[in-house]
Amino acid sequence: MTARNPLSPSRTAASGTATALHIDWTACAAHGLCAELLPELLQLDEWGYPRALGYGSDIPVGPGELGAARVAVNLCPRQALALRATAATPTTR
Amino acid sequence: MTLLDPAPTASHPVALAAPTGVRRLLAAGGPDPDAHRATFGARPRPTPDRLIAEAEVAGLTGRGGAGFPVHRKLRAAAEAGGGTNRRTGAGPGAGTPVVIGNGSEGEPLSAKDRLLLRTAPQLVLDGLLLAAEAIGAGEIRLVADAELHAGLRTALAAHDEGARIQLAAARGDFVGGEASAVVSALEGRRPVPRDHAIRLTGSGYRRRPTLLQNVETLAHLALIARFGGAWFRSIGGAAADPADDAGAGSPIDAGTRLVTASAPGTALTVLEVAGGTRLGTVLAAARLDDAGVRASGLGAGVRAVLVGGYHGAWVPAAALDAPFSVAGLAPWGATPGAGILHVLPHGRCGLRVAAGITRMLAAESAGQCGPCVNGLPRIAGLLERVARGERDPGLTDEIARVGELVAGRGACHHPDGTLRLVASTLREFASDIAAHRAGTCEEEGR
Repeated sequence: MTARNPLSPSRTAASGTATALHIDWTACAAHGLCAELLPELLQLDEWGYPRALGYGSDIPVGPGELGAARVAVNLCPRQALALRATAATPTTR
Repeated sequence: MTLLDPAPTASHPVALAAPTGVRRLLAAGGPDPDAHRATFGARPRPTPDRLIAEAEVAGLTGRGGAGFPVHRKLRAAAEAGGGTNRRTGAGPGAGTPVVIGNGSEGEPLSAKDRLLLRTAPQLVLDGLLLAAEAIGAGEIRLVADAELHAGLRTALAAHDEGARIQLAAARGDFVGGEASAVVSALEGRRPVPRDHAIRLTGSGYRRRPTLLQNVETLAHLALIARFGGAWFRSIGGAAADPADDAGAGSPIDAGTRLVTASAPGTALTVLEVAGGTRLGTVLAAARLDDAGVRASGLGAGVRAVLVGGYHGAWVPAAALDAPFSVAGLAPWGATPGAGILHVLPHGRCGLRVAAGITRMLAAESAGQCGPCVNGLPRIAGLLERVARGERDPGLTDEIARVGELVAGRGACHHPDGTLRLVASTLREFASDIAAHRAGTCEEEGR
């Protein structure tokens, strides 16, 4: 995997739909594996929870990071991660 | 203010005159089923498409706090339910849709849902049944405080279709009324919010399409089904005040809404007001304007108003001509939300009040999400130090830094709602923060 600026435009696909790494905070227990697997995408905050500067629960994943992101999703010991297509979907509760 | 009585149409045979003025939800004057029938007439039976269309014309938005357009939620739940009928096999969203009327009112400064369930239960039941028919629901639940259940059982027994609705007890805590927490409680699980990656309208209660609406929203829907979306819009919003540029043309603030007004140490007063009514007018009606605050010995007038409750934002006394509307409150980072106004009288320190609320909110975290669990107590502690008059000028910067670690990083709105209150407190009481650093307090001296 080539090093990539996490804030580079390539993280949103040109097709209009993009992929995001979704963090389920109710499941995350700060194991920190994801930040080791996705160092360009995630840092750990001071409590050990994954963080991408400027993003909350859904972090855009560029094509070059998709493979590593899939590994992180599969290896998360709490199954707190998921890859989601992020079309412009308004949230209804 | 001009009031229009839209003409009856074939799809809306108005057997009885529509309520005029701002007394709509509370027009029957009490829970008596005969008074309900005499005031509003029988529950109409519009087709699902018709009801959803009228809700869209009305511009009705959810009254639980988030203000989401009701017609969109109805349509999403109806389509999710219809979709499973066409498909075979299980999966997310499979099964007959469910409707939940949410009367959980964990916000300490709100009493309007309890008042509505006490005084106009038939209207809420009508709204629940209409919503159920609109989305093809097979199961109808009404969640309310256990102390209201005796009265609600009487109301259900008096309603033609009351047997279709099952009562459930609400949790009294702050986050227990959040939509996904209510669903979890009904499933017999821990009543805490769940991850919002999947919408309730697609897969909610027992993975079935689930429509959850606040009880006031449902009562409005019952009126819109009777009298139409145009009638709903005939007051509030653009109709409220032609001079109100902010609210003009906004569908969001149409109709009436229930408002709960209070000040520290007072009882909670519930009023029905037109959307877009000026804050000062609402406060005067609740006797919590300058004159009212002075007359009841609360203080030397109004310093600021907390709009939206514990997750809300402060509007300074100089801005009480702002309309109670999405656009009117936006300059202060506030929204109409669940209709809460809490007055801070002169003589009380806003920083101390806000620090107390923030500490309470930190304690009310469901304890699931790391940034909320770790961040809110930190922020509360820092705000308490500001309120106590510690002279460290780095305290507010540290609040901002920890706030960035919390923002957007939770399953529910609790951390962001708490940050909204804290950020508003730092903005609106900036001069008092300077006073505290100088060893004094604008309101309480030293």
